[in-house]
Amino acid sequence: MRQSATGGAPDPVGVPRQISKSLTFGEGGLVASLVLLAFASLTVASGAETAAYAFHAWLTVLASLAAVFVIISHHVERPAALPAREVDGRPNYNFGPVKFATVAAMFWGIAGFLVGVIIAFQLAFPALNFDLPWTAFGRLRPLHTSAVIFAFGGNVLIGTSFYVVQRTCHARLAGYLAPWFVVLGYNFFILIAGTGYLLGITQGKEYAEPEWYADLWLTVVWVTYLLVFLGTIWRRREPHIYVANWFYLAFIVTIAVLHLGNNASVPVSIYSPKSYIVWSGVQDAMVQWWYGHNAVGFFLTAGFLAIMYYFIPKRAERPVYSYRLSIVHFWALIFIYIWAGPHHLHYTALPDWAQTLGMTFSIILWMPSWGGMINGLMTLSGAWDKLRTDPVLRMLVVSVAFYGMSTFEGPLMSVKAVNSLSHYTDWTIGHVHSGALGWVAYISFGAIYCLVPWLWNKRELYSLKLVNWHFWISTLGIVFYISAMWVAGILQGLMWRAYTSLGFLEYSFIETVEAMHPFYVIRAIGGVLFLIGALIMAFNLWMTVRSPSAEPAVSLARNPAFLPAE
Amino acid sequence: MADMHRQNIDAVTGVSTTGHEWDGIRELNNPLPRWWLWTFYACIAWAVLYWVLFPAWPLVTGYTYGLLGWKSREAIQADLAQLRAQRAVFADKLAAASLPEIEQNPELLAFARAQGRAAFGDNCAPCHGAGAAGTKGYPNLNDDDWLWGGTLDQIHATIQHGARSADPDAHAGDMPAFGRDGMLPRPDIVAAADYVRHIAGLAPAPGADLAKGGEVFDANCAACHGAEGKGNSELGAPNLADPIWLYGSDRATIIQTISNGRAGLMPAWKGRLDDGTLKALTVYVHTLGGGL
Repeated sequence: MRQSATGGAPDPVGVPRQISKSLTFGEGGLVASLVLLAFASLTVASGAETAAYAFHAWLTVLASLAAVFVIISHHVERPAALPAREVDGRPNYNFGPVKFATVAAMFWGIAGFLVGVIIAFQLAFPALNFDLPWTAFGRLRPLHTSAVIFAFGGNVLIGTSFYVVQRTCHARLAGYLAPWFVVLGYNFFILIAGTGYLLGITQGKEYAEPEWYADLWLTVVWVTYLLVFLGTIWRRREPHIYVANWFYLAFIVTIAVLHLGNNASVPVSIYSPKSYIVWSGVQDAMVQWWYGHNAVGFFLTAGFLAIMYYFIPKRAERPVYSYRLSIVHFWALIFIYIWAGPHHLHYTALPDWAQTLGMTFSIILWMPSWGGMINGLMTLSGAWDKLRTDPVLRMLVVSVAFYGMSTFEGPLMSVKAVNSLSHYTDWTIGHVHSGALGWVAYISFGAIYCLVPWLWNKRELYSLKLVNWHFWISTLGIVFYISAMWVAGILQGLMWRAYTSLGFLEYSFIETVEAMHPFYVIRAIGGVLFLIGALIMAFNLWMTVRSPSAEPAVSLARNPAFLPAE
Repeated sequence: MADMHRQNIDAVTGVSTTGHEWDGIRELNNPLPRWWLWTFYACIAWAVLYWVLFPAWPLVTGYTYGLLGWKSREAIQADLAQLRAQRAVFADKLAAASLPEIEQNPELLAFARAQGRAAFGDNCAPCHGAGAAGTKGYPNLNDDDWLWGGTLDQIHATIQHGARSADPDAHAGDMPAFGRDGMLPRPDIVAAADYVRHIAGLAPAPGADLAKGGEVFDANCAACHGAEGKGNSELGAPNLADPIWLYGSDRATIIQTISNGRAGLMPAWKGRLDDGTLKALTVYVHTLGGGL
């Protein structure tokens, strides 16, 4: 097909193709927009108030021109007709962007875990800050959180959603360039955000540190993502929409709303990276935690539940336990999660009534969260024996167990009496990581272990034994991490509130910091183990991709033009 | 029909499925687990009860106060009042007593030291160290060498007003930068440094010109540090004849001190800490071991 498009060789059937080739509306529009973006960035670069901002402007100039070049050269090489939606009556799936997102997820995951290990050691040994601004904890910490949540987690979500929505709708991904724009545009956002942190650009909002221009870019990418996803559902060949797609859609829509609400800001000028948030005082705090908590709820919970709903039944080869439960817990989760944010602001200037609502809705949220756990675990009924032989399935199932634990711990910590002990302590960090390492990372690892052989057309992974090693090493790491943080956090909370019989604080703050040292060391070791597990995984996946293909002539190989520009 | 129905039964569990299939995935028609549903209801019931009892729902101009009338501001006031009452037994006596009286009364002394220790840990320890042992540039408070005097009143004044702080009553007095400001040529500074090491009883460097150092010292240093280098706590001039050094006693450090001067800063704590705490801190520091 490639040959006939360039007119080099005659068509095998002997009839020369005469379809005239012109730029599609998408190609032309995107090229024009990117050229405009390049010019705008050039203007900004010439007048940028800081060197770091000028660097970002130049990166944008280069990236948009590179994208224009790739689009035009692909246009020249591609056949006149765009890829067909179906070939021989079967959907002509578009897995290129999925592959890219999968590789990006592994890359950012390992980078994010590594930075996490570095900052864990910095907390135990502050000399490791090296007295340099670029290596200081304050800049590396958002680099870690954004790398693991948005770069690793985000690529897993985009990649799996593009895979799952195609397979469960029995339809090719909507759009020709749009899916690639989503994947590449999102990773460009990650690049801008991450380099910005290191260079000191931040708006100082936790989990929403990127400045206004990065936020605007992400908005464009995210709306495209929504359109691609909805477009694919629209053209589905199945009568009903599968539950995983409800969760993906809830994740995409809600994250868009949260992103816009929390990042409403006024830039100082287009030549300055600095902006001011329109919210102020306790209202800003409330908006921030409405965003922050629902980023947990819709990014790290709803999105990954979608992954669970596809990959666990698929890997276990068993039906989902209860359709009814999936409906009830989906709607309950969606309606209740959005109220729970104020529990991050207990005992602050936030009005008492808002604190009450945050706490009580967190308690109500417990069962809707557990609905997902029940559906995930009970899907294994009739297939429990597979846990002994399939470490990938074990990883998926253990992730659901961690999900259940974290979603019990969360409501518990939202109760004001418990929160007065746990708030501001390392218990919170332990809680976050039992969710992040145990649930989010494990379900992602499990999904990627399933996806890579499917995408690269291999019969199985290179080595299940290595998956087993990954599982046990990183599980040990998680146990080290969260048990160290439980002990540290509760110890810290008790030391802070200890009074002498005369009514004075028993411990100075620095004594409580000193008491944390051994636990910080154990935590850092746990992080190292988790990182080692991920490196084993990357090796295993690399060897899987390099191994000979299972069946050489299936759909992807038939349509080389649909392959990404790798 | 019967055949179709049988097709929709999961062979392993015997439960029917919904009849749909997506990419090979089917769904069972299991009901909601009872325990799950009842726990869900119980959580909702608990929340409703909580809303009735505590501040909960916003209204147009206010909010529902709840039957218990609980308010977080009143709760914290009650907690603080309780703490004040617990401390009051001794705090009132402490406020009325003079510094020497506090030290002579064992009960008051124990209370002042407990209060002083807590205040020291969160306010003073960042510079002076948790054990008040100090570090380079931050004096050790356990020894009996005092830059600005080690009596109760002198310590009290230093804590209240600080040294070289913005407080008008702060201790003032700088060690001049003899080298940087061109007051002494380099050889004189080196000779003075050797002489300072000599009066401190430290081994002078080979070839040190002590005679010249002595002349430089008498002309430039003795005015503040005294002819014998014993220091002057009125001016914050350290005793150079003892083995205690704020910045270091090696030759290079002394040369650096003479060349560039020193002006360490101690903040003023009056206004930041209440008078009772300042008194307690004074007694605590005084009784650390080095009080005069």
